[in-house]
Amino acid sequence: MELLLQQVLAGLATGAIYACMALAVVMIYQAIDHLNFAQGEMAMFSTFIAWQIIQWGQPYWVAFIAAVALSFVGGVAIERILFKPLHNAPILSNLVGFIALFSILNSSAGFIWDFNIKTFPTPFGTQPLLGGGLIDTHEAGMIGVTLLMLALLYLFFRGTRLGLAMRAAAHNPESARLVGVRVGWMTALGWGMAAAIGAVAGMLIAPVVFLEPNMMLGVLLYGFAGAVLGGLTSPLGAVIGGFAVGLIENLAGTFIPYFGRELKLSIALVLIVAVLMVKPSGLFGRPTVSRV
Amino acid sequence: MMLEVRGLRAYYGEYQALHGIDFALDEGHIRTLLGANGAGKTTVLRALCGMVRSGGDILFDGRRITGWATEDIVRLGVAHVPEGRGTFLRLSVEENLQLGAMSRRDRTAIAQDIEQVYAQFPRLKERRQQQAGTLSGGEQQMLAVGRALMLRPRLMLLDEPSFGLAPLIVEELFDRLGEVNRERGVAMLIVEQNAALALDLAEHAYLLETGRVVMNGPAAEIGADESVRRAYLGY
Repeated sequence: MELLLQQVLAGLATGAIYACMALAVVMIYQAIDHLNFAQGEMAMFSTFIAWQIIQWGQPYWVAFIAAVALSFVGGVAIERILFKPLHNAPILSNLVGFIALFSILNSSAGFIWDFNIKTFPTPFGTQPLLGGGLIDTHEAGMIGVTLLMLALLYLFFRGTRLGLAMRAAAHNPESARLVGVRVGWMTALGWGMAAAIGAVAGMLIAPVVFLEPNMMLGVLLYGFAGAVLGGLTSPLGAVIGGFAVGLIENLAGTFIPYFGRELKLSIALVLIVAVLMVKPSGLFGRPTVSRV
Repeated sequence: MMLEVRGLRAYYGEYQALHGIDFALDEGHIRTLLGANGAGKTTVLRALCGMVRSGGDILFDGRRITGWATEDIVRLGVAHVPEGRGTFLRLSVEENLQLGAMSRRDRTAIAQDIEQVYAQFPRLKERRQQQAGTLSGGEQQMLAVGRALMLRPRLMLLDEPSFGLAPLIVEELFDRLGEVNRERGVAMLIVEQNAALALDLAEHAYLLETGRVVMNGPAAEIGADESVRRAYLGY
Protein backbone atom coordinates (compact mmCIF):
# COMPACT_ATOMS: atom_id res chain seq x y z
CA MET A 1 0.00 0.00 0.00
CA GLU A 2 2.78 2.39 0.89
CA LEU A 3 4.58 1.43 -2.32
CA LEU A 4 1.45 2.21 -4.32
CA LEU A 5 1.02 5.62 -2.68
CA GLN A 6 4.70 6.33 -3.18
CA GLN A 7 4.49 5.51 -6.87
CA VAL A 8 1.29 7.51 -7.31
CA LEU A 9 2.92 10.59 -5.82
CA ALA A 10 6.11 10.14 -7.83
CA GLY A 11 3.93 9.72 -10.93
CA LEU A 12 2.09 12.94 -10.15
CA ALA A 13 5.41 14.75 -9.73
CA THR A 14 6.71 13.83 -13.18
CA GLY A 15 3.14 14.10 -14.46
CA ALA A 16 3.16 17.74 -13.40
CA ILE A 17 6.04 18.36 -15.81
CA TYR A 18 4.29 16.48 -18.61
CA ALA A 19 1.17 18.53 -17.85
CA CYS A 20 3.13 21.76 -18.27
CA MET A 21 4.59 20.62 -21.59
CA ALA A 22 1.19 19.38 -22.75
CA LEU A 23 -0.38 22.71 -21.85
CA ALA A 24 2.34 24.64 -23.65
CA VAL A 25 1.84 22.50 -26.76
CA VAL A 26 -1.94 22.95 -26.64
CA MET A 27 -1.70 26.73 -26.23
CA ILE A 28 0.28 27.02 -29.42
CA TYR A 29 -1.82 24.39 -31.18
CA GLN A 30 -4.99 26.36 -30.41
CA ALA A 31 -3.47 29.54 -31.75
CA ILE A 32 -1.90 28.26 -34.98
CA ASP A 33 -3.17 24.68 -35.50
CA HIS A 34 0.30 23.17 -35.50
CA LEU A 35 2.19 21.04 -32.98
CA ASN A 36 5.30 22.81 -31.74
CA PHE A 37 7.96 20.11 -32.01
CA ALA A 38 10.51 22.55 -30.64
CA GLN A 39 8.65 23.11 -27.37
CA GLY A 40 11.07 20.84 -25.50
CA GLU A 41 14.14 22.51 -26.95
CA MET A 42 12.74 25.92 -26.04
CA ALA A 43 12.33 24.69 -22.45
CA MET A 44 15.83 23.22 -22.47
CA PHE A 45 17.29 26.52 -23.69
CA SER A 46 15.40 28.43 -20.99
CA THR A 47 16.81 26.07 -18.37
CA PHE A 48 20.33 26.71 -19.63
CA ILE A 49 19.71 30.44 -19.32
CA ALA A 50 18.67 29.94 -15.68
CA TRP A 51 21.76 27.78 -15.10
CA GLN A 52 23.99 30.47 -16.59
CA ILE A 53 22.47 33.16 -14.37
CA ILE A 54 23.05 30.94 -11.32
CA GLN A 55 26.65 30.41 -12.48
CA TRP A 56 27.05 34.18 -12.50
CA GLY A 57 26.29 34.09 -8.81
CA GLN A 58 22.64 35.05 -8.67
CA PRO A 59 20.25 33.33 -6.23
CA TYR A 60 18.01 30.54 -7.56
CA TRP A 61 14.75 32.48 -7.59
CA VAL A 62 16.28 35.48 -9.36
CA ALA A 63 17.47 33.11 -12.07
CA PHE A 64 14.08 31.39 -12.11
CA ILE A 65 12.12 34.60 -12.64
CA ALA A 66 14.63 36.01 -15.12
CA ALA A 67 14.51 32.79 -17.15
CA VAL A 68 10.70 32.82 -17.22
CA ALA A 69 10.64 36.48 -18.30
CA LEU A 70 13.33 36.03 -20.96
CA SER A 71 11.56 32.92 -22.26
CA PHE A 72 8.34 34.88 -22.59
CA VAL A 73 10.11 37.53 -24.66
CA GLY A 74 11.88 34.83 -26.66
CA GLY A 75 8.60 33.04 -27.38
CA VAL A 76 7.01 36.26 -28.65
CA ALA A 77 10.08 36.92 -30.78
CA ILE A 78 10.04 33.43 -32.30
CA GLU A 79 6.42 33.90 -33.33
CA ARG A 80 6.98 37.36 -34.79
CA ILE A 81 10.15 36.46 -36.67
CA LEU A 82 9.66 32.86 -37.75
CA PHE A 83 6.02 31.78 -37.59
CA LYS A 84 4.05 34.93 -38.40
CA PRO A 85 5.40 34.90 -41.98
CA LEU A 86 4.44 31.20 -42.18
CA HIS A 87 0.87 31.98 -41.13
CA ASN A 88 -0.77 31.02 -44.41
CA ALA A 89 1.95 28.64 -45.55
CA PRO A 90 1.23 24.95 -46.15
CA ILE A 91 1.54 22.58 -43.23
CA LEU A 92 4.87 21.15 -44.39
CA SER A 93 6.50 24.59 -44.44
CA ASN A 94 5.46 25.01 -40.84
CA LEU A 95 6.84 21.57 -40.05
CA VAL A 96 10.18 22.55 -41.54
CA GLY A 97 10.04 25.73 -39.46
CA PHE A 98 9.64 23.70 -36.30
CA ILE A 99 12.45 21.33 -37.23
CA ALA A 100 14.70 24.31 -37.96
CA LEU A 101 13.86 25.88 -34.61
CA PHE A 102 14.48 22.53 -32.91
CA SER A 103 17.95 22.06 -34.31
CA ILE A 104 18.95 25.72 -34.01
CA LEU A 105 18.15 25.68 -30.29
CA ASN A 106 19.65 22.25 -29.73
CA SER A 107 22.95 22.93 -31.44
CA SER A 108 23.38 26.46 -30.15
CA ALA A 109 22.84 25.20 -26.60
CA GLY A 110 25.52 22.61 -27.28
CA PHE A 111 27.79 25.25 -28.82
CA ILE A 112 27.39 27.76 -25.97
CA TRP A 113 27.27 25.42 -23.00
CA ASP A 114 28.72 22.16 -24.51
CA PHE A 115 27.11 18.72 -24.37
CA ASN A 116 28.45 17.63 -20.98
CA ILE A 117 25.82 16.74 -18.43
CA LYS A 118 25.44 19.37 -15.73
CA THR A 119 23.66 19.30 -12.40
CA PHE A 120 20.88 21.79 -11.85
CA PRO A 121 20.03 22.94 -8.32
CA THR A 122 16.65 22.59 -6.65
CA PRO A 123 15.50 25.17 -4.13
CA PHE A 124 13.40 22.58 -2.34
CA GLY A 125 16.13 20.13 -1.33
CA THR A 126 15.79 16.37 -1.73
CA GLN A 127 15.15 15.20 1.80
CA PRO A 128 11.97 13.19 2.52
CA LEU A 129 8.98 15.48 2.90
CA LEU A 130 7.96 15.89 6.57
CA GLY A 131 10.24 13.01 7.47
CA GLY A 132 7.90 10.50 5.80
CA GLY A 133 9.06 8.09 3.13
CA LEU A 134 6.38 8.89 0.58
CA ILE A 135 7.74 11.77 -1.43
CA ASP A 136 10.79 14.01 -1.32
CA THR A 137 10.71 17.77 -1.08
CA HIS A 138 11.73 18.38 -4.69
CA GLU A 139 8.92 16.19 -5.98
CA ALA A 140 6.49 18.03 -3.72
CA GLY A 141 7.92 21.30 -5.05
CA MET A 142 7.35 20.16 -8.66
CA ILE A 143 3.71 19.46 -7.91
CA GLY A 144 3.27 22.63 -5.87
CA VAL A 145 4.83 25.03 -8.38
CA THR A 146 2.87 23.45 -11.23
CA LEU A 147 -0.44 23.69 -9.39
CA LEU A 148 0.27 27.31 -8.46
CA MET A 149 1.09 28.15 -12.07
CA LEU A 150 -2.04 26.38 -13.35
CA ALA A 151 -4.17 28.29 -10.85
CA LEU A 152 -2.68 31.61 -11.99
CA LEU A 153 -3.26 30.71 -15.63
CA TYR A 154 -6.84 29.76 -14.86
CA LEU A 155 -7.46 33.10 -13.17
CA PHE A 156 -5.83 34.91 -16.08
CA PHE A 157 -7.94 33.21 -18.75
CA ARG A 158 -11.22 33.29 -16.81
CA GLY A 159 -10.92 36.60 -15.04
CA THR A 160 -9.20 39.14 -17.27
CA ARG A 161 -10.17 40.89 -20.46
CA LEU A 162 -6.88 39.96 -22.07
CA GLY A 163 -7.47 36.31 -21.20
CA LEU A 164 -10.94 36.52 -22.72
CA ALA A 165 -9.52 38.12 -25.87
CA MET A 166 -6.95 35.31 -26.17
CA ARG A 167 -9.64 32.67 -25.83
CA ALA A 168 -11.80 34.42 -28.40
CA ALA A 169 -8.88 34.68 -30.83
CA ALA A 170 -8.15 30.97 -30.46
CA HIS A 171 -11.77 29.83 -30.84
CA ASN A 172 -12.86 32.08 -33.65
CA PRO A 173 -10.17 34.36 -35.10
CA GLU A 174 -12.38 35.98 -37.73
CA SER A 175 -15.08 37.01 -35.27
CA ALA A 176 -12.41 38.12 -32.82
CA ARG A 177 -11.05 40.52 -35.44
CA LEU A 178 -14.56 41.86 -35.98
CA VAL A 179 -14.79 42.91 -32.33
CA GLY A 180 -11.38 44.55 -32.54
CA VAL A 181 -9.15 41.85 -30.98
CA ARG A 182 -5.64 42.02 -32.43
CA VAL A 183 -5.47 38.32 -33.24
CA GLY A 184 -1.86 38.36 -34.44
CA TRP A 185 -0.66 39.73 -31.11
CA MET A 186 -2.79 37.24 -29.21
CA THR A 187 -0.97 34.47 -31.08
CA ALA A 188 2.38 36.01 -30.17
CA LEU A 189 1.26 36.28 -26.56
CA GLY A 190 0.28 32.60 -26.62
CA TRP A 191 3.78 31.74 -27.82
CA GLY A 192 5.30 33.82 -25.06
CA MET A 193 3.19 32.15 -22.41
CA ALA A 194 3.89 28.67 -23.79
CA ALA A 195 7.62 29.42 -23.72
CA ALA A 196 7.35 30.65 -20.12
CA ILE A 197 5.40 27.56 -19.04
CA GLY A 198 8.00 25.37 -20.74
CA ALA A 199 10.76 27.24 -18.90
CA VAL A 200 9.14 26.42 -15.56
CA ALA A 201 8.81 22.77 -16.57
CA GLY A 202 12.43 22.60 -17.71
CA MET A 203 13.78 24.12 -14.50
CA LEU A 204 11.68 21.77 -12.35
CA ILE A 205 12.68 18.60 -14.19
CA ALA A 206 16.36 19.50 -14.70
CA PRO A 207 17.46 18.39 -11.18
CA VAL A 208 15.95 14.97 -11.97
CA VAL A 209 17.06 14.33 -15.57
CA PHE A 210 20.19 16.59 -15.41
CA LEU A 211 20.92 19.48 -17.70
CA GLU A 212 22.12 18.81 -21.26
CA PRO A 213 20.87 19.79 -24.71
CA ASN A 214 18.82 16.61 -25.20
CA MET A 215 17.24 16.58 -21.75
CA MET A 216 13.71 17.41 -22.94
CA LEU A 217 13.37 14.85 -25.74
CA GLY A 218 11.65 12.18 -23.66
CA VAL A 219 9.78 14.73 -21.58
CA LEU A 220 8.26 16.36 -24.67
CA LEU A 221 7.23 12.96 -26.01
CA TYR A 222 5.31 12.31 -22.79
CA GLY A 223 3.94 15.85 -22.98
CA PHE A 224 2.65 15.21 -26.50
CA ALA A 225 1.14 11.97 -25.27
CA GLY A 226 -0.61 13.82 -22.46
CA ALA A 227 -1.90 16.49 -24.83
CA VAL A 228 -3.24 13.94 -27.29
CA LEU A 229 -4.73 11.83 -24.51
CA GLY A 230 -6.57 14.78 -22.99
CA GLY A 231 -7.43 16.33 -26.32
CA LEU A 232 -5.49 18.92 -28.27
CA THR A 233 -8.45 21.27 -28.20
CA SER A 234 -8.76 21.34 -24.42
CA PRO A 235 -6.17 22.99 -22.15
CA LEU A 236 -7.74 21.40 -19.08
CA GLY A 237 -7.75 18.04 -20.85
CA ALA A 238 -4.07 18.42 -21.71
CA VAL A 239 -3.19 19.08 -18.08
CA ILE A 240 -5.18 16.07 -16.87
CA GLY A 241 -3.68 14.01 -19.70
CA GLY A 242 -0.17 15.02 -18.65
CA PHE A 243 -0.76 13.98 -15.05
CA ALA A 244 -2.35 10.73 -16.24
CA VAL A 245 0.62 9.86 -18.42
CA GLY A 246 2.97 10.43 -15.48
CA LEU A 247 0.87 8.14 -13.33
CA ILE A 248 0.56 5.40 -15.93
CA GLU A 249 4.27 5.51 -16.68
CA ASN A 250 5.21 5.12 -13.03
CA LEU A 251 2.67 2.51 -12.07
CA ALA A 252 3.36 0.41 -15.16
CA GLY A 253 7.08 0.56 -14.45
CA THR A 254 6.59 -0.61 -10.88
CA PHE A 255 3.73 -3.05 -10.93
CA ILE A 256 3.94 -4.83 -14.26
CA PRO A 257 6.47 -7.62 -13.77
CA TYR A 258 9.29 -8.64 -16.15
CA PHE A 259 9.06 -6.00 -18.86
CA GLY A 260 7.43 -3.16 -16.90
CA ARG A 261 10.53 -1.10 -16.26
CA GLU A 262 12.03 -1.46 -19.72
CA LEU A 263 8.84 -0.88 -21.61
CA LYS A 264 7.11 1.71 -19.47
CA LEU A 265 7.21 4.30 -22.25
CA SER A 266 5.69 1.81 -24.66
CA ILE A 267 3.01 0.83 -22.15
CA ALA A 268 2.04 4.46 -21.67
CA LEU A 269 1.86 5.01 -25.41
CA VAL A 270 -0.09 1.80 -26.02
CA LEU A 271 -2.69 2.95 -23.51
CA ILE A 272 -2.92 6.26 -25.31
CA VAL A 273 -3.39 4.61 -28.67
CA ALA A 274 -6.15 2.54 -27.10
CA VAL A 275 -7.90 5.68 -25.84
CA LEU A 276 -7.59 7.35 -29.21
CA MET A 277 -9.12 4.35 -30.98
CA VAL A 278 -12.24 4.88 -28.88
CA LYS A 279 -12.14 8.68 -28.66
CA PRO A 280 -10.08 10.11 -31.54
CA SER A 281 -10.30 13.69 -30.31
CA GLY A 282 -8.98 12.75 -26.87
CA LEU A 283 -10.75 12.37 -23.54
CA PHE A 284 -11.77 16.04 -23.23
CA GLY A 285 -11.39 17.23 -26.81
CA ARG A 286 -14.08 18.26 -29.22
CA PRO A 287 -14.39 16.58 -32.58
CA THR A 288 -13.57 19.05 -35.32
CA VAL A 289 -16.54 19.63 -37.54
CA SER A 290 -16.10 21.54 -40.73
CA ARG A 291 -18.68 22.45 -43.31
CA VAL A 292 -17.93 21.11 -46.76
CA MET B 1 -21.26 61.95 -45.45
CA MET B 2 -20.23 59.29 -42.92
CA LEU B 3 -19.56 56.50 -45.40
CA GLU B 4 -18.79 57.06 -49.04
CA VAL B 5 -17.74 54.28 -51.38
CA ARG B 6 -16.37 54.97 -54.85
CA GLY B 7 -15.34 52.42 -57.44
CA LEU B 8 -15.06 49.60 -54.91
CA ARG B 9 -13.43 46.47 -56.29
CA ALA B 10 -12.80 43.25 -54.42
CA TYR B 11 -10.87 40.10 -55.20
CA TYR B 12 -10.80 36.50 -54.01
CA GLY B 13 -7.39 35.46 -55.27
CA GLU B 14 -7.46 36.07 -59.02
CA TYR B 15 -11.23 36.25 -59.14
CA GLN B 16 -12.73 39.73 -59.14
CA ALA B 17 -16.00 39.77 -57.19
CA LEU B 18 -16.82 43.50 -57.27
CA HIS B 19 -16.39 45.68 -60.34
CA GLY B 20 -16.50 49.27 -59.16
CA ILE B 21 -19.36 49.88 -56.76
CA ASP B 22 -20.53 53.33 -55.65
CA PHE B 23 -22.78 54.09 -52.73
CA ALA B 24 -23.04 56.26 -49.67
CA LEU B 25 -24.63 56.27 -46.25
CA ASP B 26 -25.13 59.15 -43.88
CA GLU B 27 -25.15 59.21 -40.08
CA GLY B 28 -28.25 57.60 -38.59
CA HIS B 29 -29.70 56.29 -41.85
CA ILE B 30 -30.54 52.78 -43.00
CA ARG B 31 -29.78 51.54 -46.49
CA THR B 32 -29.97 48.07 -47.94
CA LEU B 33 -28.08 46.06 -50.54
CA LEU B 34 -30.30 43.66 -52.44
CA GLY B 35 -29.65 41.10 -55.09
CA ALA B 36 -29.54 37.40 -55.89
CA ASN B 37 -27.08 34.89 -54.48
CA GLY B 38 -23.58 35.64 -55.71
CA ALA B 39 -24.33 39.24 -56.63
CA GLY B 40 -21.58 40.40 -54.27
CA LYS B 41 -23.61 41.75 -51.34
CA THR B 42 -21.65 39.93 -48.65
CA THR B 43 -18.40 40.84 -50.38
CA VAL B 44 -19.27 44.54 -50.11
CA LEU B 45 -19.61 44.22 -46.33
CA ARG B 46 -16.41 42.17 -46.11
CA ALA B 47 -14.55 44.76 -48.17
CA LEU B 48 -15.79 47.57 -45.91
CA CYS B 49 -14.27 45.71 -42.94
CA GLY B 50 -10.96 44.92 -44.58
CA MET B 51 -11.70 41.19 -44.69
CA VAL B 52 -11.06 40.79 -48.41
CA ARG B 53 -8.49 42.32 -50.75
CA SER B 54 -10.05 45.39 -52.28
CA GLY B 55 -9.37 48.51 -54.33
CA GLY B 56 -11.13 51.79 -54.95
CA ASP B 57 -12.06 54.31 -52.28
CA ILE B 58 -13.81 53.65 -48.99
CA LEU B 59 -14.15 56.95 -47.16
CA PHE B 60 -15.24 57.08 -43.53
CA ASP B 61 -15.75 60.63 -42.29
CA GLY B 62 -13.84 61.64 -45.38
CA ARG B 63 -10.82 59.52 -44.45
CA ARG B 64 -9.72 56.81 -46.86
CA ILE B 65 -9.75 53.46 -45.04
CA THR B 66 -9.30 51.10 -47.99
CA GLY B 67 -6.74 48.46 -47.03
CA TRP B 68 -6.94 49.13 -43.28
CA ALA B 69 -6.77 46.17 -40.88
CA THR B 70 -10.14 44.93 -39.64
CA GLU B 71 -9.23 45.67 -36.02
CA ASP B 72 -8.58 49.33 -36.83
CA ILE B 73 -11.79 49.76 -38.85
CA VAL B 74 -13.74 48.33 -35.88
CA ARG B 75 -12.22 51.05 -33.71
CA LEU B 76 -13.87 53.69 -35.89
CA GLY B 77 -17.21 52.38 -34.64
CA VAL B 78 -18.03 49.94 -37.42
CA ALA B 79 -19.76 46.83 -36.06
CA HIS B 80 -20.11 43.97 -38.52
CA VAL B 81 -22.60 41.20 -37.80
CA PRO B 82 -21.40 38.64 -40.33
CA GLU B 83 -23.18 35.81 -42.06
CA GLY B 84 -23.58 33.05 -39.51
CA ARG B 85 -23.62 35.77 -36.82
CA GLY B 86 -20.00 35.47 -35.70
CA THR B 87 -21.00 34.18 -32.28
CA PHE B 88 -18.32 32.73 -30.00
CA LEU B 89 -20.23 29.50 -29.53
CA ARG B 90 -18.08 28.07 -26.73
CA LEU B 91 -18.08 31.24 -24.65
CA SER B 92 -20.91 32.39 -22.44
CA VAL B 93 -23.52 34.95 -23.45
CA GLU B 94 -21.97 37.51 -21.13
CA GLU B 95 -18.45 36.84 -22.42
CA ASN B 96 -19.75 37.38 -25.94
CA LEU B 97 -21.09 40.77 -24.91
CA GLN B 98 -17.85 41.68 -23.17
CA LEU B 99 -15.96 40.80 -26.31
CA GLY B 100 -18.12 43.23 -28.23
CA ALA B 101 -16.61 46.01 -26.13
CA MET B 102 -13.04 44.70 -26.47
CA SER B 103 -11.80 47.83 -28.24
CA ARG B 104 -13.13 50.10 -25.47
CA ARG B 105 -11.44 50.89 -22.16
CA ASP B 106 -14.19 52.52 -20.07
CA ARG B 107 -15.00 49.62 -17.74
CA THR B 108 -17.89 51.14 -15.83
CA ALA B 109 -19.59 52.26 -19.03
CA ILE B 110 -19.11 48.76 -20.44
CA ALA B 111 -20.86 47.23 -17.44
CA GLN B 112 -23.72 49.71 -17.88
CA ASP B 113 -23.97 48.91 -21.58
CA ILE B 114 -24.24 45.20 -20.81
CA GLU B 115 -27.19 45.93 -18.52
CA GLN B 116 -28.72 48.06 -21.26
CA VAL B 117 -28.44 45.21 -23.76
CA TYR B 118 -30.07 42.91 -21.20
CA ALA B 119 -32.88 45.43 -20.77
CA GLN B 120 -33.45 45.45 -24.51
CA PHE B 121 -33.10 41.66 -24.89
CA PRO B 122 -34.38 40.09 -21.63
CA ARG B 123 -33.91 36.56 -22.98
CA LEU B 124 -30.17 37.15 -23.04
CA LYS B 125 -30.20 38.10 -19.39
CA GLU B 126 -31.89 34.83 -18.46
CA ARG B 127 -29.13 32.98 -20.27
CA ARG B 128 -26.17 35.15 -19.39
CA GLN B 129 -24.01 32.31 -18.03
CA GLN B 130 -25.06 29.81 -20.69
CA GLN B 131 -22.75 28.80 -23.53
CA ALA B 132 -23.76 30.84 -26.57
CA GLY B 133 -23.83 27.68 -28.69
CA THR B 134 -26.82 26.41 -26.73
CA LEU B 135 -29.02 29.39 -27.69
CA SER B 136 -31.71 29.11 -30.33
CA GLY B 137 -31.14 30.75 -33.71
CA GLY B 138 -33.25 33.75 -32.80
CA GLU B 139 -31.50 34.24 -29.48
CA GLN B 140 -28.14 33.99 -31.19
CA GLN B 141 -29.13 36.68 -33.64
CA MET B 142 -30.23 38.91 -30.75
CA LEU B 143 -26.89 38.18 -29.10
CA ALA B 144 -25.09 39.17 -32.30
CA VAL B 145 -26.95 42.48 -32.37
CA GLY B 146 -26.27 42.98 -28.66
CA ARG B 147 -22.59 42.24 -29.18
CA ALA B 148 -22.45 44.78 -32.00
CA LEU B 149 -24.12 47.39 -29.77
CA MET B 150 -21.42 46.88 -27.13
CA LEU B 151 -19.04 48.69 -29.46
CA ARG B 152 -21.29 51.78 -29.28
CA PRO B 153 -21.19 51.67 -33.05
CA ARG B 154 -21.86 54.49 -35.44
CA LEU B 155 -22.40 52.07 -38.28
CA MET B 156 -23.74 48.50 -38.19
CA LEU B 157 -23.19 46.16 -41.10
CA LEU B 158 -25.78 43.38 -41.01
CA ASP B 159 -25.37 40.35 -43.26
CA GLU B 160 -28.61 38.41 -43.77
CA PRO B 161 -29.95 38.98 -40.26
CA SER B 162 -33.16 37.09 -41.09
CA PHE B 163 -31.37 33.98 -42.35
CA GLY B 164 -32.74 30.74 -40.91
CA LEU B 165 -35.16 32.39 -38.49
CA ALA B 166 -38.90 31.79 -38.10
CA PRO B 167 -41.10 34.62 -39.48
CA LEU B 168 -42.26 35.78 -36.04
CA ILE B 169 -38.69 36.00 -34.78
CA VAL B 170 -37.64 37.88 -37.90
CA GLU B 171 -40.38 40.42 -37.27
CA GLU B 172 -39.22 40.93 -33.69
CA LEU B 173 -35.62 41.24 -34.79
CA PHE B 174 -36.41 43.91 -37.37
CA ASP B 175 -38.51 45.81 -34.82
CA ARG B 176 -35.48 45.84 -32.55
CA LEU B 177 -33.19 46.99 -35.33
CA GLY B 178 -35.56 49.88 -36.04
CA GLU B 179 -35.55 50.71 -32.34
CA VAL B 180 -31.76 50.73 -32.20
CA ASN B 181 -31.63 53.01 -35.21
CA ARG B 182 -34.17 55.48 -33.84
CA GLU B 183 -33.01 55.53 -30.22
CA ARG B 184 -29.27 55.40 -30.66
CA GLY B 185 -28.95 56.93 -34.09
CA VAL B 186 -26.91 53.99 -35.38
CA ALA B 187 -26.60 53.92 -39.17
CA MET B 188 -27.15 50.53 -40.78
CA LEU B 189 -26.22 48.84 -44.00
CA ILE B 190 -28.32 45.71 -44.36
CA VAL B 191 -27.75 42.87 -46.79
CA GLU B 192 -30.88 40.76 -47.23
CA GLN B 193 -32.34 38.02 -49.35
CA ASN B 194 -35.70 38.88 -47.87
CA ALA B 195 -36.14 42.04 -49.93
CA ALA B 196 -39.62 42.98 -48.72
CA LEU B 197 -38.42 43.05 -45.15
CA ALA B 198 -35.32 45.11 -45.88
CA LEU B 199 -37.22 47.59 -48.07
CA ASP B 200 -39.60 48.10 -45.19
CA LEU B 201 -36.85 49.14 -42.80
CA ALA B 202 -34.47 50.96 -45.14
CA GLU B 203 -34.94 54.33 -46.79
CA HIS B 204 -32.80 53.66 -49.79
CA ALA B 205 -31.88 50.50 -51.66
CA TYR B 206 -29.08 49.43 -53.99
CA LEU B 207 -29.61 46.56 -56.38
CA LEU B 208 -26.53 44.45 -57.08
CA GLU B 209 -25.93 42.08 -59.94
CA THR B 210 -22.64 40.25 -60.58
CA GLY B 211 -20.59 42.71 -58.61
CA ARG B 212 -22.15 45.92 -59.97
CA VAL B 213 -24.87 48.27 -58.81
CA VAL B 214 -27.54 48.01 -61.49
CA MET B 215 -30.13 50.26 -59.89
CA ASN B 216 -30.66 52.36 -56.81
CA GLY B 217 -33.38 54.54 -55.41
CA PRO B 218 -35.71 55.16 -52.48
CA ALA B 219 -36.83 51.90 -50.93
CA ALA B 220 -40.51 52.64 -51.49
CA GLU B 221 -40.00 53.16 -55.23
CA ILE B 222 -37.88 50.08 -55.70
CA GLY B 223 -40.39 48.01 -53.78
CA ALA B 224 -43.27 49.38 -55.84
CA ASP B 225 -41.72 48.78 -59.25
CA GLU B 226 -43.21 45.50 -60.33
CA SER B 227 -40.73 44.70 -63.09
CA VAL B 228 -37.81 45.29 -60.73
CA ARG B 229 -39.43 43.14 -58.15
CA ARG B 230 -39.93 40.31 -60.55
CA ALA B 231 -36.53 40.56 -62.19
CA TYR B 232 -34.32 41.08 -59.18
CA LEU B 233 -36.17 40.50 -55.97
CA GLY B 234 -38.15 37.39 -56.78
CA TYR B 235 -41.47 38.19 -55.21
